[in-house]
Amino acid sequence: MLDVCIIGGGVIGTAISRELSRYQLQVRLVEKNEDVGTETTKANSGIVHGGYDAKHGSLKGFFSAKGNAMYPQLEEELHFGFRQTGSFVVAFNETQEQELHHLLENGIKNGARGLTIISGDQVREMEPHLSKNITKALLCTTAGVTSPYELAVALAENAAKNGVEFTFHTEVRGIEKVEDHFVLHTNQGPIEAKVVINAAGLYADRISAMIGQDDFKINPKQGQYVLLDKDQSFLTDTVVFQAPENGTKGVLVAPTVHHNILVGPNSDYIDEKSDVSTTQDVISKILKAGSKSVDAINTRKVIRSFAGNRASSDRHDFIIGETAVKGFVNVAGIESPGLTSAPAIAVHVADLLKEMGAELTADPNFDPTRKPYQRIAELSGEELQNLIAEEPAYGRVICRCESISEGEIVDAIHRGLPITSVDAVKRRTRAGMGRCQGGFCAPRVMEIISRETGLSMEEIVKQGEGSYLLTKRSKDALERGGKDA
Amino acid sequence: MLKYELVVVGGGPAGLSAAVEAYEQGVRKILILERDKELGGILNQCIHNGFGLHRFKEELTGPEYSLRYIDLLKDTTIETLTDTMVLEISEEKVVRAISAERGYMEIEAEAVVFSMGCRERTRGAIQLQGDRPAGVFTAGTAQRFINMEGYMPGKRVVILGSGDIGLIMARRMTFEGAKVEAVCELMPYSNGLTRNIVQCLDDYEIPLMLSHTIVKVHGKSRVEGVTIAKVDENLRPIPETYRRIDCDTVLLSVGLIPENEITQNAGIAVDPRTSGPKVGELRQTEMEGVFACGNVVHVHDLVDFVSEEGVLSGRGVAKYLKGELETTSNFSTANGEGIGYVVPQTVNMSNVDDQVTFYMRVRSVYDRHIVRAYLGDTLVAEKKERKFLPAEMVNFKIKKDILSNLADGEIRFVVEEV
Repeated sequence: MLDVCIIGGGVIGTAISRELSRYQLQVRLVEKNEDVGTETTKANSGIVHGGYDAKHGSLKGFFSAKGNAMYPQLEEELHFGFRQTGSFVVAFNETQEQELHHLLENGIKNGARGLTIISGDQVREMEPHLSKNITKALLCTTAGVTSPYELAVALAENAAKNGVEFTFHTEVRGIEKVEDHFVLHTNQGPIEAKVVINAAGLYADRISAMIGQDDFKINPKQGQYVLLDKDQSFLTDTVVFQAPENGTKGVLVAPTVHHNILVGPNSDYIDEKSDVSTTQDVISKILKAGSKSVDAINTRKVIRSFAGNRASSDRHDFIIGETAVKGFVNVAGIESPGLTSAPAIAVHVADLLKEMGAELTADPNFDPTRKPYQRIAELSGEELQNLIAEEPAYGRVICRCESISEGEIVDAIHRGLPITSVDAVKRRTRAGMGRCQGGFCAPRVMEIISRETGLSMEEIVKQGEGSYLLTKRSKDALERGGKDA
Repeated sequence: MLKYELVVVGGGPAGLSAAVEAYEQGVRKILILERDKELGGILNQCIHNGFGLHRFKEELTGPEYSLRYIDLLKDTTIETLTDTMVLEISEEKVVRAISAERGYMEIEAEAVVFSMGCRERTRGAIQLQGDRPAGVFTAGTAQRFINMEGYMPGKRVVILGSGDIGLIMARRMTFEGAKVEAVCELMPYSNGLTRNIVQCLDDYEIPLMLSHTIVKVHGKSRVEGVTIAKVDENLRPIPETYRRIDCDTVLLSVGLIPENEITQNAGIAVDPRTSGPKVGELRQTEMEGVFACGNVVHVHDLVDFVSEEGVLSGRGVAKYLKGELETTSNFSTANGEGIGYVVPQTVNMSNVDDQVTFYMRVRSVYDRHIVRAYLGDTLVAEKKERKFLPAEMVNFKIKKDILSNLADGEIRFVVEEV
């Protein structure tokens, strides 16, 4: 019998799992996909917000400023990638300037730090490539950027190290309350747990309904993005939001933690939770809107477009708490600023368990740290020499665009979570994220996964069940001696 | 620190040819650095024939072609390091590289040849929209999977773009039992060589759909189909022509981009017309002692001309090391009406033996046209072809005597009606 079963391996589920791994509890996280962070967590803006935007009095407002303050220490412990770049909300006219003052007031109430309103010239002094039409901006020095999927991986790896079990390919299909505990019916058999935490993201409404709690709905809200080549990083190294006007939010132009430029998103409700297709129409609109903030967006420098769906609830705020069914906790509707809030939400959930009567005894063996990757792109000549002497695989570059070595890929594969897909390696190491988008390195990454895990080349997927890359040996007929050719 | 007269970055056909020529011109301490496990570059996966018709007057496969050069190395003092990645080159021409075997290296070079080749444009670069399933490959990646790794990437294929690799792969996948449903080309003309259209598509009854594109990819996990459409004269898809084709694989053959990250990091600017460094007649770049040749300078359609450029840069290196390379220029070149780019971008006559070959590409299909070179209003030379195609590089030779009689200035190449 588990003490706690967490449903969902997004940034929320993994943050909770890591927080609970501080205590002497038997915790398992179940995830329907093959890895953590494969849905909403892998495709969003990656912004650690200042905490001024979400309305004071809402849960979003409460958790975002708190979460923001936790990031620097989290990065120190887990090394997932976080840069405190600061952010601007830029205004182009007086109406928008008014909005800046509202945001400032709201931010102060929320406890956000590092806020000032500055002139357009001051903005351009800090970021010379921002538009001449910017009249004023709200600067927030505590805002930053992170890599959300690397955060989820880091949280999960650290949780696993501290005793949390992870089971993948495990889809919850029904939940029963039996006396004082729950039985989760999954495609991998039943799981028993005293407490269930529903962190199922886009599907949290369905999970909650399984126990009769169907008082909210999650509506997928799509966000499409465009990613620019690293050589466009001169555009800005500060996150640039546009002040809202007539009820619509503009698009953001932001550096990523790895120095690409991200432009987007749109914000449209869609029908299907798993629809992450992009459309030319929306992408064109995003590029047009984004170019208001900066001098020019060179569309020839687009290396990727993608879409993610936010788990937006019909209550328009986070839904966090024990339900009417004792022991069943919902952590749902976590849309922006959910990534920012995640660490604070996790602490809150641990407190909630205490209130619910769970015994949380600190685990004396808890280790909050995760060893950083040896990224050859960031090492000096001497460091490279020593590292390669110790482990020659670091001298073999697999991904040319991002300078990722075989050593980094092998390391990623042996960090406690099972690796079965090319994208899992990509999210951990960035192999395949550069301008060639895996054209050169995908075959070699597959070879390494195959060698290290024993999976055959045909078994390795891109991401998720059925996303096979290769069908068969090209000369299989010859290998069978020409039979049934 | 290791010291060499010449360090060649990239051991494909351009780099091999440059090293061999530099050796023949008397350069002795030469090092070729290659990031892959073997020399030969992309030719190693080009197992079809058709290489070397100009250079060797016979039809070779890709590996055979590169082997001719690799064999030549045996009788020389040229050294090679494979599985070695160049990280960067400083302004002092110190090459920083790593390999599993040697660890971190700093190599002092008197001269450097850049011959890193090119990479394929990707789905992101052409902004192909729709779902994001597995099964969308660049044609070159599919080629590597089949020819080098020995695996098939799919069974039912639609190819977007009619570049040569796409055409070659249409035939290759057919040979291996896959069904190629169509090759869609956005432009009203193909971007591949005519001989490849005949030998790779026509012979296997694979339809080439000109003025067509893929507007959407379908499939959650693996590709399940694509929606294709005809495009209007502004290359915009026409909604009434949308049509779905079921397939499990999409191959992209939508252009190549010279790989100039190392070049740019060294502080050498890239010409937006070619996406390669500006070069002189012996492929010298704007940085003294640094040369570039092959697809890193501009994308070639035939390896024979890549080798030819390698020879030029090898000669340039030898002259430079002897202190005989003139660095000023008599002429600059310009692309006029109908011409996309011209290489070389500058010419110094004292470095020219008997003629200069100007490589260029036309912007569109030209029937009954002529390419002319002008200096001011003076007609310098002209080149006739039955037809000029964007897919086929124009090879415009001008004799030294003609150029020598001209005043210094800008030579402009234009396409004109006959």
